[in-house]
Amino acid sequence: MSSPCDARALTTRCAVSMAAGDTGMYRKERSVPLKSSSSALYNNLSVLPLRDKQLTYFAAVHGSTVSLASASADGLSVSHRQLQAKEGGLAVSASIVTQASWCVLPSRVLLVLTSQKGIQMYESDGSIMVYWHALDVLEPPSAQAVFARGIAAASGRFICVGTSSGLVLVFDIPSKGTNITLSEVLQEHHDSITDIASEVGENPDGAADLVTADDSGALCVWRSKEEFSLLTKISAFGWTCSSVKLWNGVIAAGYGNGQIRLYEATSGALRATVSAHARWIYALDLAPLTGKLLSGAEDSYVQIWKLSRSPDTGDIEIEHCHSECVTDTQLCGARFCDPEGNSFAATGYDLSEIVRYGQV
Amino acid sequence: MFMNDIITTMFNKKFMEELFKPQELYSKKALRTVYDRLAHASIMRLNQASMDKLYDLMTMAFKYQVLLCPRPKDILLVTFNHLDAIKDFIRDSPNILNQVDETFRQLIDMYSCLSAGEFQLIRQTLLIFFQDMHIRVSIFLKDKVQNSNGRFVLPISGPVPWGTEVPGLIRMFNCNGDEVKRVEFTNGGNYISPQREGSFDLYGDRVLKLGTNMYSVSRPVETHMSGASKTLASHTKENAAPNPLAKEELNFLARLMGGLEIKKPNGSEPGFRLNLFTTDEEEEHAALTRPEELSYKVINIQATQDQQQNEELARIMGEFELGSAVQWKSATLSKSAPLLRTAWSSYSKVSTAMSPQSISATRAQRWAASPMWTPS
Repeated sequence: MSSPCDARALTTRCAVSMAAGDTGMYRKERSVPLKSSSSALYNNLSVLPLRDKQLTYFAAVHGSTVSLASASADGLSVSHRQLQAKEGGLAVSASIVTQASWCVLPSRVLLVLTSQKGIQMYESDGSIMVYWHALDVLEPPSAQAVFARGIAAASGRFICVGTSSGLVLVFDIPSKGTNITLSEVLQEHHDSITDIASEVGENPDGAADLVTADDSGALCVWRSKEEFSLLTKISAFGWTCSSVKLWNGVIAAGYGNGQIRLYEATSGALRATVSAHARWIYALDLAPLTGKLLSGAEDSYVQIWKLSRSPDTGDIEIEHCHSECVTDTQLCGARFCDPEGNSFAATGYDLSEIVRYGQV
Repeated sequence: MFMNDIITTMFNKKFMEELFKPQELYSKKALRTVYDRLAHASIMRLNQASMDKLYDLMTMAFKYQVLLCPRPKDILLVTFNHLDAIKDFIRDSPNILNQVDETFRQLIDMYSCLSAGEFQLIRQTLLIFFQDMHIRVSIFLKDKVQNSNGRFVLPISGPVPWGTEVPGLIRMFNCNGDEVKRVEFTNGGNYISPQREGSFDLYGDRVLKLGTNMYSVSRPVETHMSGASKTLASHTKENAAPNPLAKEELNFLARLMGGLEIKKPNGSEPGFRLNLFTTDEEEEHAALTRPEELSYKVINIQATQDQQQNEELARIMGEFELGSAVQWKSATLSKSAPLLRTAWSSYSKVSTAMSPQSISATRAQRWAASPMWTPS
């Protein structure tokens, strides 16, 4: 067994990067405790800021449970709720939850849970379940795992959810009530869906609305009018794409080899590669008002970047802003806590808290 | 000698066939029961407290190996390291060696072609199994791979995994695909390029050290700490060549006792008993003071009574050929698997019959997940 002692003695354990072009320092703020530790799953942190109530909701998955925490702005007052991924009211054995994410639509916010059994949608505070969709069970049971994974609100009226067989289910969400219907099934992926992202920035007509990513690393870019249509496909290069974001026509994708890639959404052209992390990337997030991008990985680091487009050439640019190391933690979730990207939160495998950082 | 018995049982053809079938991960109870049966497949005996300690050690060691794999595919290299070490123990016994090699080939056939994403799913599932286990192991504490709070140290230096670039480079391209800009940045760690990839063949240099024998390095013996701590005592270095006289004595003892009868613990026990503590009194004390949350509630299965309740365990146990006192009717075995399949298919029919449209607001309220938000 190799001894890492000597190498560690030479390395600063919680390095804060002072790279040229550092657009602001972040300092650690009070952590938010969780009732259970977080599991090692992609994109395992969702954040819902409630500005009018001066609260922030956090959600992280542990096995068959979702831990919800509601924290005041200073982090001093926290309350908790836990959701179990059971089918409806049946008392069958709980299935493993793969992801929990808030979907913000113009008229309502829903909390969506994906599991081995299916998809559940709740009111945003987790109080009432409004919809349940069971996944088709393979008969006879095969060696392939069955689960749903990948959640995004799209075009102001849909919630899109991925499955382990590569399907993307599109649900039509009414402005209120429980009359949610499955309106479309997108069939372009051949591998399990890992993540789905919708455009969070400016979106001129005819441009991309949605990007879906899968286990092989392939990406599909979609436009939605009445229905979704495929704009372009981006081929895999041998590594899983675990997390994807779409902003102002730029796709940011995080991969299992620690690389971040930026693509032009409409054409699928590769615009940048970043050797960002030493281990598998588990989460990306984007702050739509500033174009800040964050990445969290198993190497214990959260990295903050800034995306921009050169006004002369139209070239997409990315610069590194900041590093934050969460000691001895393999990060599994990371999100900005506000649309400017002035604060962010992260959690990791076996960690029973959400660590938070704010810009000074 | 015990190694031969344990390894023969572990690599038993029927048990391996069962293991290779596509299935969910064993429950914690099931795994603990399998472990107990394996440990007792020779004349060695462990009482509850020592067994618990050994199981904790195995669990934490495996958690460490799975967690620190540089790439998810490396869990296969870890498994190959385990098998290489096992083959070394039985290198003088061609029959058992053959069994192990056969299993090796099956592993290569089944797993070599899985994608990185599929390996990561396997790894994530294993990590859920090990979640929240933070038992301190003194050999890990001493090597500084585990902190005093039980959490593993994750180095931010050293070689990056095979296929990953050392972090620090941004490359930007124009719309024609030409590289137009290159910027370096500091990522915070201290990483270097990897030397070479480990071998996934039957024989080869695995390169990865995870999964190799933890005890093959000599360490000074520790004085044992009080029973209140959860730390395990470390073992002194094992001799590479066992004392041939000791081996003969034990063989003679085994012949005198005439076979591998497994008796209940409160009777007089054949074989000999392995105590992982310094004295018998310490062992008893540890059993009494063991925290409740760490007890495993081992199930002792009787063929007829527990058949209904423990179909999964009955099926697994049936695959063991122990040549010992426990007898299994073959009917038990053939009933269990179809029973499981019938249960699964009728459950799945119920779940698809629940159409989403039939959910009304009132029913949705009845399914309210939990009471009001509770303050922390």
